[in-house]
Amino acid sequence: MSLDVSQFVGVFLEESFEGLDIMEAGLIDFREDDPEAVNVIFRAAHSIKGGAGTFGFREVSDFTHGAETLLDQIRQGERRMNTETGDTLLAAVDCIRELLRASSEGGDLDTEKVVSTRTAIEQMLGKTPDGASAEAAATPVVNAGWQISFKPRPELMKTGNDPLRLLAELQRLGPAKASVDASRLPALGEMDPEACYLDWNVELSAPVAEAEVRGVFEWVEDECELSVTPLAPAADEAKKSAAATPPAGGPAGGNGDGKPPAAKNGATGESGKRPDGGSIRVAVEKVDSLVNLVGELVITQSMLTQMGNDPGDFDLLRLEQLREGLGQLERQTRELQEGVMGIRMLPISFIFSRFPRVVRDMAGALGKSVDLRMEGEDTELDKGLIEKLADPLTHLVRNAIDHGVESTEQRIAAGKPPAGQISLKAYHQGGNIVVEVADDGAGLDRAKLLAKAESQGMAVSDTMSDREVWSLIFAAGFSTATKVTDISGRGVGMDVVRRNIEAVNGRVEIESSYGEGTRIILRLPLTLAILDGMSVRVGDETYILPMTAILESIQPKTEQLSSIAGKGRVVHLRGDYLPLMALHEAFNIDARAQRAEDGIVIVVATSDGRAALLVDELVAQHQVVIKSLETNYRKVPGVSGATIMGDGKVALILDVDMLLRLRRMH
Amino acid sequence: MSQDLNPNIAATDDARELLTFRLGQEEYGLNILNVQEIRGYDAVTKIANSPAFLKGVINMRGVIVPIIDMRIRFNLGEATYNEFTVVIILNIGSRVIGMVVDAVSDVTSLKAEQVRPAPDFGAVLDTAYIDGLANVDERMIIVIDIEKLMTAEDMGLIDQAAA
Repeated sequence: MSLDVSQFVGVFLEESFEGLDIMEAGLIDFREDDPEAVNVIFRAAHSIKGGAGTFGFREVSDFTHGAETLLDQIRQGERRMNTETGDTLLAAVDCIRELLRASSEGGDLDTEKVVSTRTAIEQMLGKTPDGASAEAAATPVVNAGWQISFKPRPELMKTGNDPLRLLAELQRLGPAKASVDASRLPALGEMDPEACYLDWNVELSAPVAEAEVRGVFEWVEDECELSVTPLAPAADEAKKSAAATPPAGGPAGGNGDGKPPAAKNGATGESGKRPDGGSIRVAVEKVDSLVNLVGELVITQSMLTQMGNDPGDFDLLRLEQLREGLGQLERQTRELQEGVMGIRMLPISFIFSRFPRVVRDMAGALGKSVDLRMEGEDTELDKGLIEKLADPLTHLVRNAIDHGVESTEQRIAAGKPPAGQISLKAYHQGGNIVVEVADDGAGLDRAKLLAKAESQGMAVSDTMSDREVWSLIFAAGFSTATKVTDISGRGVGMDVVRRNIEAVNGRVEIESSYGEGTRIILRLPLTLAILDGMSVRVGDETYILPMTAILESIQPKTEQLSSIAGKGRVVHLRGDYLPLMALHEAFNIDARAQRAEDGIVIVVATSDGRAALLVDELVAQHQVVIKSLETNYRKVPGVSGATIMGDGKVALILDVDMLLRLRRMH
Repeated sequence: MSQDLNPNIAATDDARELLTFRLGQEEYGLNILNVQEIRGYDAVTKIANSPAFLKGVINMRGVIVPIIDMRIRFNLGEATYNEFTVVIILNIGSRVIGMVVDAVSDVTSLKAEQVRPAPDFGAVLDTAYIDGLANVDERMIIVIDIEKLMTAEDMGLIDQAAA
């Protein structure tokens, strides 16, 4: 029997990281009156420990063991959960995460933190000796050696286990003396050559933990009688021996071909690559419905093929059938597309779930009191977007706590409730996903922003609209924080947030009123791979505009168009003057519509407000597959990517924000 | 493939095969291992504000490939586009790039000693991407280091920051 465990290591790591998230969430929301809560946390810790042991992440399982013991005491009611325990356990969660990461991917490990957390847990456990005794044998209370009696059942070898291997594994723990008891051995004629008739008594004179000894027999537990009794107590040497324990004890791996060490190495190498690819867990129903759809598609395809291959004449009746078949094909393709995209969708709670911890830690560090409210955690987003959204959102939440929410005294003075409110919201709005980060803090200070911008040499004026003033904070190196803290104030941040969001075709908006709070709104496309777009024609070229950017399109009348200083053109639309940019001028192509009145004006929303684009005509609205230009070429300013149209030609997808920003530079 | 069966490969180790192509009156050679395929010239999608030699991008079986016209790049021959216009699709590192030339002429096997270093023209001509000059049947072939040429900064094919 050869069992390649390496393929399971990835799954184990993934489950462990999920388990850690569960522990973290559970610890933050912990309430005494909910007995299930601690059970959930305990179970997560327990499975991490078990899995880590199985896959040879010895450090992780050892470390987790302490936390698990602590949790067990809380579960049994022997210990109360208080802030100190909570903090220690949260620190332990961090350490386990780090340990897992370090042992799977390599890289640096904050050993200091691990050791100090471990000591903290041990100290806690030490405070209640009654609680500690339960698992004392496994915690570093160790004897001078063990008397082990190992009586395998006859069928042990049939399951691929080899007692010799187990004994060899024992020997790796320390000097061992084994004696065999052959009393069960039958006469030669009655003997089954594949059965095991021998019992062993092993005297292991090494000060290792009982768990380690038992770990050797982990795989054959159900197929033998095992008794492990201490030789002589030597508890005072506990610390020293724990350090001296050979780290490679490892699970004895029940397979007979010496695979475990090799498999483990392979797994480590493989999981090192893991962050690039990643994997998604998909509900079985989603996969089933896809399989069904593909089945239908195959049927339709064979129907159409048959129709095409039939040598008979092609009459009008057949045409009707063909149309029907094509209609079916279209529906199935669309459903398949939706289904496949659905696989990539994950609830936004994947990101949101980290924020209770962020808020708790930061508010604690800043001495502020902050409540976090979250809405719409079930809103589904593309996995790629989720990954790209994590950093900007974290930054926004940190900003809200650090700059937004005032200190408790200031809040009371301003007549607000002492605890600040931060709310995170996610919802769908017209083909977009909207994520909001709002606080009820001080809000942006218009005067201060303007003064700061002026002192940094930016072109500002008092007549700028609020929106323009707020967007000053996106400028690189801009910070109004009076002091630079650990957390923020260095002025890197908002520009990065905006860049990250725009990189995924999203937009950032700010609403703020002084003294009442700030709301940052992120508008994102539903997915990264497919874009809802409008194809427009300019001269002989076709371009795609993302639907998320388009507000409306109009046929301009002469009186709506005017120019400023003979150059800058504006469109007068319902009382507003919007800057007009002719795409054919921006791209240096010959437009068919020489006069703006003959073209179409598309009103687009950008991060810097509304603007108008002049094109020759609107062609159609369709979903396009985004292809990168950078694969074989390079980034083109004003273009976010390319797509292939129905006729096989390439069309460029425009990045409206960038396009208008470029124009302003010229 | 055994050496006996293929006379081209049967040449010694230091020989290499070149694909030769014409630009105006000049004949160039590039390492055939960089050539993916040769195809006709399709309608390209222009990219605004790019250098003149960058004709645009095409869709090659779902992959977006930039097309450059060497005739414009080197100011040789006339940049006309008809059914005889040839595009050499190159593999440069992990990238795919299309190159328009006047005509593809031949596949030639060259030994290392057949290639002479190109004289230095100083500032008049940048010879950095020219491997050397070779004489085949009384014709001069300019052997170019296509990878160096395509990744050169002034080609602007690659984001230099990313490269």
